[in-house]
This record gives sequence, structure tokens and C-alpha cells, in this order.
Amino acid sequence: MSDQTSVKAVPSRMERFFDSDLWWSFKSHKSAVGAAIVLLLVIITAFLAPVLSPQNPYDLAALELWNAELPPIWMEGGQMPFLLGTDVQGRDILSGILYGTRISIIIGIASVAVSLVVGIGLGLMAGYYGGWIDNVLMRIGDVLLSIPIVLVAILVSSVAQQFLPPAFREVGVAAVLVLAIAMYSWVQYARVVRAQTMVERRKEYVMASRLVGTPARRLMLKHILPNTLTPIFVAATLNFGLAILIEATLSFLGVGMPPNQPSLGTLIRVGNQYLFSGSWWIVLFPSIQLCILVVAVNMLGDWLRDALNPKLR
Amino acid sequence: MSEVLEDTAPALTVNHVSKVFDVSAPWLNRVLERRPKLYVEAVSDISFTVEKGTCFSIVGESGCGKSTVARLVTGLYATTNGDIRFGTGAKGRPIKVQMIFQDPHSSLNPRWRVGDIIAEPIREMKLRDTEKETLERVRELLETVGLGADDALKYPHEFSGGQRQRISIARALASEPELLVCDEPTSALDVSVQAQILNLMRRLQDELGLTYLFISHDLSVVRHMSNHIAVMYLGRIVEQAPVEELFTNPKHPYSKLLLATIPDIENPKRRVEAQAGEPPSPLNPPSGCAFHPRCPMALPKCSQSAPELCSTSRHGKAACFVTQDMAVVEPVKAAG
Repeated sequence: MSDQTSVKAVPSRMERFFDSDLWWSFKSHKSAVGAAIVLLLVIITAFLAPVLSPQNPYDLAALELWNAELPPIWMEGGQMPFLLGTDVQGRDILSGILYGTRISIIIGIASVAVSLVVGIGLGLMAGYYGGWIDNVLMRIGDVLLSIPIVLVAILVSSVAQQFLPPAFREVGVAAVLVLAIAMYSWVQYARVVRAQTMVERRKEYVMASRLVGTPARRLMLKHILPNTLTPIFVAATLNFGLAILIEATLSFLGVGMPPNQPSLGTLIRVGNQYLFSGSWWIVLFPSIQLCILVVAVNMLGDWLRDALNPKLR
Repeated sequence: MSEVLEDTAPALTVNHVSKVFDVSAPWLNRVLERRPKLYVEAVSDISFTVEKGTCFSIVGESGCGKSTVARLVTGLYATTNGDIRFGTGAKGRPIKVQMIFQDPHSSLNPRWRVGDIIAEPIREMKLRDTEKETLERVRELLETVGLGADDALKYPHEFSGGQRQRISIARALASEPELLVCDEPTSALDVSVQAQILNLMRRLQDELGLTYLFISHDLSVVRHMSNHIAVMYLGRIVEQAPVEELFTNPKHPYSKLLLATIPDIENPKRRVEAQAGEPPSPLNPPSGCAFHPRCPMALPKCSQSAPELCSTSRHGKAACFVTQDMAVVEPVKAAG
């Protein structure tokens, strides 16, 4: 009897994943595979930036002014190692893009993570308890959504920049950006989780678990939450792209990452000033990178939304 | 407290229990649209006792409050009025209650393995000391309900409706209850599977000495299972009698109506007199006896006051003026 379980081994998580409908749908979906490969490349190169990039763009001592505004390598006047040219300070564009993508991705992931934790937690509570808790939480969400995020971020980060000591300014600004984006996007998760929780908590399996005395916290986390995760997964993917875009917008407007810790948005803002002086490469290449990153994320998100939608199977 | 109750005390005593639900619109709508608060009395003033080792059934149409009774007894809802008392079970503590649910598709968490579903009560109530003993108990329970030990590793979607109901029963048994509340356990199943589940439940009753509170709208199922029946209509018990008495000699006109709806195997094409009306809304119950708008025997006083549940035979009770005073001269046909 007792060795019966050991003979019939439980398939591991990995085995089950590669056997699932989701994996099969992914393999047969060319644009999803393409998007995933591109996204993986972008992420890997961004995080290997210190190894791959020809220059450390943060090291001011490495910048040489006679290298300023060099065009890309295939144009007349292009020089090694500046494959995509340099900006007005002699900073290598390719290196700037790699480091900038890394910052953009980190801020995107961090803001999605913060808003997921807040949104899932509050959504579960609102949906499970209902009543005034639900009313208060959801009205707070409505109010937050009705405030334009760009205005909030400008306000918060300009105040923060005034008060933060210079040593913490970069970290502080990044944290402010993350919180500003999260403040806006947790509401979406909370709404999705709340709606699903209200459906699930009436189901009989929740009743059965309540009957044996399972405390509310465990009911929410172990029974209800796993059954609300599918739409959250899709929303998180699409919001990751959105978070990167919002960050770029804020940085472009000058309230995001400072020029000495540039994100893609900052690079675009700096390059934008030299567009009409003929140095188009300073602004074009970071913009292309931003497009590639966001389009890849959104394509993956669209595929995921369709793949997880039971009506489209 | 516990020594007052002897072993012969009923497993369950429900004493004048009512349940009122607040179904008002949200506060803001009420204020803006000047709507009053709205209440539904889902269960009003019901009393019954369930003896140990028997099966007590509650029948009635949808929306008559049967499931509310089940949830009141298990404690999922709090009573508005009245009290629910349990007899003493093993080791002198109050009888433990568990519930079997109607829908085998929503009563099992789709993301949990069957073994974890069944082990949940054991782990939550710490009925076994070690994980090994827990798994041993899960295997034993699966075999008790006629499933295999290796089914513990599967997910609920790999099972049919009848098998899922077996899992549901195994989960209910895992907490070692003495009283099982069964809320329409077979109504979502095919007829052939229904019989299997009912037979399983009877076998478990014999083997484990279980007491059942059985909720159903299906009279033939109830007849197969129970010792005692209560008929509910719009939140009230209108008749209560031992099973054979109710089937052979129903007293309340509503019980008669229910019995007339059972298909007759001898005479399948018999004319069943069409019954007027539908169950009234519990939001706005009729005055007096709730059944009077549909009752073929209604008297003028039926629309004015509600009859009490009175004894009609040695074990039977009915709440009907017509059966209570048999000196009925002329039944008045209800309007509509």
C-alpha cells in the first residue's frame, strides 16, 4: 500500500508545464515565440550591460569631448567602438541604451510587483469582506484613477527631488517613479481580483473549507487567490509594457530618471534637443529600443490573454 | 452542560428558528431613490428534531428555504431567532456536523489535488498527528467511498460528476462527523449515478452510524432515504410526518400537490390536474397561509391568519385549517 505512492510519482511542476495546453499554444503561436525571443534578448543584453557595452556611460572620466556627436559606424566619420555613434558629451549611444533599458526594465518590474502585491491584497479583502471595506477601498481606487498620473508624478517627484539628499537622489527618484506608477495601476488588479473573489467566495468549496474552521486569511490565500490568478497574469504582462511607457513618458518630461542615471525616456529627452542639429541617432536608437521592448511585451500579453481565455480555445 | 443530555437525546433539535436576509439596495441608492430597506424571511419559525441514526428529509420547491435550513444547521449562517442544539456524540462532546453540497463542480477547488481536498479537514482540525497518518486516512476514506488510493494525486476535473460527489462525501467524512447535512446531493447527477450515490450514503449510514439531514426537491429520492419528512413552503414547515404516512396519506394540500407531481410507473399517461400559479415571492408573501392563493381548498380565513403546525396523527403534523377542522362545509375555490 505505502509504496504505491512512491511508484506513481507526482509529475513535477516543470513536467506539468511542458505538458500543458499553455505551452502547446505558445509553441504553435509564431508571433508569441518571436516576441518572447526578442524580449529575452533585450532583457539579457540589458542585464549584461556592464560586460557587453563598450563604455561605462556613468563613468564621467571615460568620456572624451572629442568623441562628441560621432555618427553611427556605417556613416562617414563613424568610429570604433561607437557602433551607434555618441551624444554631445561623447557618450556611446549603444552603451547608454543597454544601461537605460536595464533601468527601464527594473522600474517596470518593480512597479508591477508593488502594484500586484497591493492590488491583490486589497482586492481580496474588498471582495471577501464586502460591505463598507469594499466601498472604501474601491472608492479610493476610483479617486486615484481620476487623477492624471503624469500630474501626480510631476508633483511627487519634484517635491522629492527638492528634499532628497543628493546621495539618495537616483535611488529616491526611482522609488518615487515606481510608487507613482504602482499607485495608478494597483486599482486594475484590485478590481479584477475583487470581482473574481466575489464569485469564488460563494462557491461551495469555500463553504466546505469554512465548515472545517479554516481562517479567513488562509481561505483567501490558498483557496480563492489561485482561482483569480489567470486574469491577473494577463493584466500584469500588459501592465509591464505600460509601466515602461509611463516611466519613459515621465522621464521624457523631465520628472523621471536624471541624465546621469538615464533610462530610455531620459535618453530620448536628451537626444530630442539635438534632433534638429542633425544628430538624429541620439534620439532615434533609444526610441527604437523602447518600441521593440514594449511591442514584444504587448505581443506576449495579447497571446497570453487569448491563450488563457477559455472561450477562444 | 453535556451531562444533562442523555445518549437518547436527539442528534439535532431546531427550535423556532428564523432567518431574515437583508436584501436592500446599496445605501447610496436607498438614500437617493428613497427606497426602503428590504428584508426576506427565508426561514420563519421552524422547529424539528432529528433522532440519532435516522434520516430526516426536508422537501420543497426551489426558493422555499431548504438550503437556508441546511446552512443554518451547519453554522454557515447565523440564526436571526431561535436556537439550534446538538446532542452528544462520541466522547461526550457535541455532535460534529459536516455538509455535502449540491454542485459537485463547484464544491471541489479545481486547483487542489483530491488528496489535499480530502486531507484539508484532517489538517485544519489536527485530527492526525503526522503527515503519514493523514495520507493513510485519506487513502482509507477514498476506499470507503469507492475510489482508488491513487486518485488522491489527481485533480477534480479528471472525475465525473458522480465520482466528484464521492470525493465530496469523503471530505465530509474526513472530519469524523456524526451528523451529515446533505444539500441536494444528487440533484446534479444522472439518475443511474444518483442511485449509486444514494446507496453509498445508506451503506455509510449503516457502517458509521451517521445521522442525515437530507435536503431535496425529489420525492422519490427522499422516499428511498428517509425515516421522517418535513415539507417546506415559503420558509415554513407545512407538514411533517413519517415517510410512509406522508406518502400514503398526505394531510396538507401542498403535500398532495407535490405527491401528484411524481410520475406514476403504472399509469404514466395519467391526467395530472394542472395546478394554478407559481410559488409567490418571499419578498412579498401572501397574507395568512402562504399557500392559499394556490390552494384548491382555501377557506376565507386562510387569507387572514396563518395556521399553526398541529398534530394530525400520532407522529404527523400539518399546518392547515382545512385538515385541522374536518367540519369543512364548502371549500372555496381560489381566485385565479
